[in-house]
Amino acid sequence: MKRSRVNQETFEHIRERALAQWEALSNSPKPRITIGTATCGRAAGALEVLNTIKEELAEKNIDAILSEVGCMGYCYAEPLVVITKPGFPPICYGYVTPGIASRLISDYILGDDPCLEFVLGALEENELIPTIFDQPRFQYEKRILLRHCGYIDPEDINQYIASGGYAALIKALEMAPQHVIAELKRSDLRGRGGAGFPTGEKWQICRDAPGTARYVICNADEGDPGAFMDRVILESDPHSVIEGMIIASYAIGAAKGYIYVRIEYPLAVARVETALRQAKELGLFGDDIMGSGFSFELEVMRGSGAFVCGEETALIASLEGRRGWPRHRPPFPATEGLRDQPTLINNVKTLASVPPIIGRGAEWYASIGPPTCRGTAVFALAGKVLNTGLVEVPMGTTLRQIIFEVGGGIPRGRKFKAVQIGGPSGGCLPESLLDLPIDFDSLTEAGAMMGSGGMVILDEDNCMVDTARYFLDFTRRESCGKCTFCRLGTAQMLDILEDITRGEGKPGDITLLQELAADIKEGALCGLGKTAPNPILTTLRYFREEYEAHIAEQRCPALVCPELIAYYILPEKCERSCDACVGTCPVDAIFTGKRGIKVIDQEKCVKCGSCLDSCPPQYSAVIKLSPLSLVPPSEPRPPDKNGNGESNY
Amino acid sequence: MSPIFLDEIKFRSQELNSEAMDWYNERMAEGEEIKRQTLEILEPRSRERGKLITLLQDIQAKFGYLPREAMLEFANFLDIPESEVYSVATFYNQFRLVPPGKHQIKVCLGTACQTKRGRIILEAWQRELDIKVGETTADREFSLERVACVGCCAMAPVTVVNDKAEGKVSPTRVKGILLSFELEKQKDKGEEEPS
Repeated sequence: MKRSRVNQETFEHIRERALAQWEALSNSPKPRITIGTATCGRAAGALEVLNTIKEELAEKNIDAILSEVGCMGYCYAEPLVVITKPGFPPICYGYVTPGIASRLISDYILGDDPCLEFVLGALEENELIPTIFDQPRFQYEKRILLRHCGYIDPEDINQYIASGGYAALIKALEMAPQHVIAELKRSDLRGRGGAGFPTGEKWQICRDAPGTARYVICNADEGDPGAFMDRVILESDPHSVIEGMIIASYAIGAAKGYIYVRIEYPLAVARVETALRQAKELGLFGDDIMGSGFSFELEVMRGSGAFVCGEETALIASLEGRRGWPRHRPPFPATEGLRDQPTLINNVKTLASVPPIIGRGAEWYASIGPPTCRGTAVFALAGKVLNTGLVEVPMGTTLRQIIFEVGGGIPRGRKFKAVQIGGPSGGCLPESLLDLPIDFDSLTEAGAMMGSGGMVILDEDNCMVDTARYFLDFTRRESCGKCTFCRLGTAQMLDILEDITRGEGKPGDITLLQELAADIKEGALCGLGKTAPNPILTTLRYFREEYEAHIAEQRCPALVCPELIAYYILPEKCERSCDACVGTCPVDAIFTGKRGIKVIDQEKCVKCGSCLDSCPPQYSAVIKLSPLSLVPPSEPRPPDKNGNGESNY
Repeated sequence: MSPIFLDEIKFRSQELNSEAMDWYNERMAEGEEIKRQTLEILEPRSRERGKLITLLQDIQAKFGYLPREAMLEFANFLDIPESEVYSVATFYNQFRLVPPGKHQIKVCLGTACQTKRGRIILEAWQRELDIKVGETTADREFSLERVACVGCCAMAPVTVVNDKAEGKVSPTRVKGILLSFELEKQKDKGEEEPS
C-alpha cells in the first residue's frame, strides 16, 4: 500500500548534481578562500579585506576560488578568513585586516608558510595546527542551528543540499502530515521565540482549527536589542529556515507562507530572497513540490521597524497593512490569525530546528538537554565579555559555563556584576545565580526570561539603575499606545527612574515603582507591556542597594549616571607635558593650569570619558568621582588670550 | 491647491511678488512630479489594502521619505481614507515625512551599545552636527536618527553611516568621520574648479 508520494528521482538528481559540485570544489587543486561577510563581519571591515584579496589575486595572477559565507559566530575575531589549500588542513584566520590579507596571499598561497601568528585554528584534525574545536568552549557547545553558519555559501543552494539540506523535506513529504506533527511532538521541541510553547502542539491546534485557508509565518522581526542570532541564521543559512517552513506548511496544510523580516536587516532580506529564488527554480517549493501534489507559496515581507510587531497579533496586523497593534488573545493566531484564518507563527530558530529533527529523528533531538526542555539554546553574547558572538549550547548549561568558559570571561580583569537575559522583557541576574541551569522555566522563575536569547554581560562599570532606565526607555518608545497601562504606566515609571538617575529621587520612589510594576504586569494587553517591568523588578530584587545609593546619597556606585559623576585629573599623577586629554576632549573643557597640570573645566565637561580613555595607562591620572561633593575645588580657567581655547598659558 | 501654499503665497507676495510666484510654481511643479512618479509606481500594482506597507516602503525607497502628495495618491489608489495612510505611516519607525540628509547617520542604541556608552556617542553626534535626533542639518547634508539595534552587537558602540556600520565608535571617531566627509566635499570642489 505504501506508494511513494514524492518523485524521488528528481530530488536524487538534484542532490547528485549538488554533491558533484561540492566534491569538485573540495578536491580542487586551486586554493579556496572563504570570507565571512555577514553584517557583523562587514562592520569589522570584511568587505575591505575581500577587496584586498581580490586585488592581490588579480595582481599576482593567482587562480583561486573566492567565496563569501555567513557568520561562524566568533564575532569578536571578525573579519574571519578561511583558506583551504591542498596539502594543508582548512585554516581559519581571525582579526584579518587588509594588511594581513595580503600577507596571507603572498606567504601562504604563494609560499607555503601558513602564517601561524594570525591563525585562529584549523577546521579539521591535523598534525600541524590545533583545531578550533580544541578550544575549551567546544566542551560545552553543540551546534545544531548554527551547524552550517560560516561553512556554506548562503547564496548557493547546492552547498546546502550537498551538506544534507532538503533531505528532511523529502522525508517529510513521504510521511502523512499527521505523522510529521507526531514526530515533532515526540521531539519535545519548544518554541524559540521566547515563551517556549510546545511546537508540535501549536502545529496540531493550527491543523485542527476550521478555516478556508491556512498560513505559515516565520517571525524574523528580531527587535530585541542585544539579540542577533535570527539575523545570523537568515544571513548564513537561509535555506534551513525555508525548509522548516515548507515542512510546517505541509504538516498543517497551508498553501501560503510569509517570512516577516525587519527592514533593519537588509542583507538578511537579500539573502533570503536569493535563497527563495534558487529553491523555487529547483522546484523545492511552488506548485506540486517534487511531484507530491502539495503546493506552497512563500514570500518575504519587510517589517517597518516597530518592536511591538514581534508580538504575533501585532505582526499579523502589520502583514495586513495596518498599524502594528496587538489584540486580545484568545483567540490565538493558531485558530484565528491572518485574514481570520488559522495561522502558524514560529520563530526563525524554531523553524530552523525542524529539518534536523525530521532528518535525524525525534529521539535524537529528545536526547539533548534536560527532560523539561529539550534541544539547544542559541545565545547572542554581547557587552562586557571577551568572546562576543553566538554560542549554541544544550539547554541546562549553566550561566557560568556560558559566560566564563564559552564566552571567555570579563575583559580587562574587571569583575562580573550581572547578566541581562531576554532584552527589554527579560531581567538582570546577579552573580549568585550564575550556577543556574538555563531553560525556559528556570529563567522565568528567577525573574528573567529566555526571550529571544540576547545575553548582555555587565561588569562593575555598569550602573543597574541606568540599565533599568535604558530598557524602560526602550519599551516606552516602542509601546504602541493601545492600552493605558503600557502607554502611561511605562512613561510614569521612566519619569521616576530618570529622577533617580539625576539624583532627584525621593524616599518613597522604590515602593511606588514596585506598585506600578505590579499594575502594569496585570493590566497590559500584550506581552510587550506585561513584561516591560521585568528589568526594574529584577534590578530592584537583586541590586536594591544601588537604587538606595542614588536616592539617599546622590551617588552612582558604578560611576555611570552623568548627572551624579564628575571627571577629575589627579594633580599628583598628571604628567604635565603630555597633552593626550586636551587633544581628545571634544568640547575643549580641559585646560593647562599652573605648573602644566591639566585641569577639567567642570562647567564645560560633557562627561564623555574621552580623557579617561586617552590618559596613558602609566599615569592613569583621570578618575571619576561620585557624588559631586567629592570634587576638590580647582583653579579658575585663565582667560583665553586670542580666543583660542588651547593657548591658555 | 492646498491652503498652506496659499497662506505662504499671500505672505510672500506682500514683499516680493515675482519671487513668490517662482517659488510657488517650483513647489507645484515638484508636487506634480512626485505625483507622476508615484502613479508610475502604483500603476502596475494590485489595489490590495494589505499591500499598503509594502507600497509605502517602495515610495520611501524612491524618494527617501514619504511626500505628502504621494500619500494622498495612495489613499486615492487603495480607496481608503487619507487619515488611514497617515496613521500607518506615522506608526512605523522606518517611515519619515521629511526629506533625509545627504548623509544619513543612524546611531545604534541597542543593549550592547548602551553598555558600551552608546548614549555618549549619540550626544557627540548631536553636539557635532548641532541637531537633535530625527532632524536634518540646515544644509541638508546630514540627518541623525537613533535605531534600536542593527545586529552587530559585538562591534558596539555602532553607528551606521550611509548604510555602512562603523564599529567601536568614540567621540573622537565621530569628529573623524565628519572630517572625512568635509575633506571629500573639498576635494569634489577642487576637482570642479579647474574645469
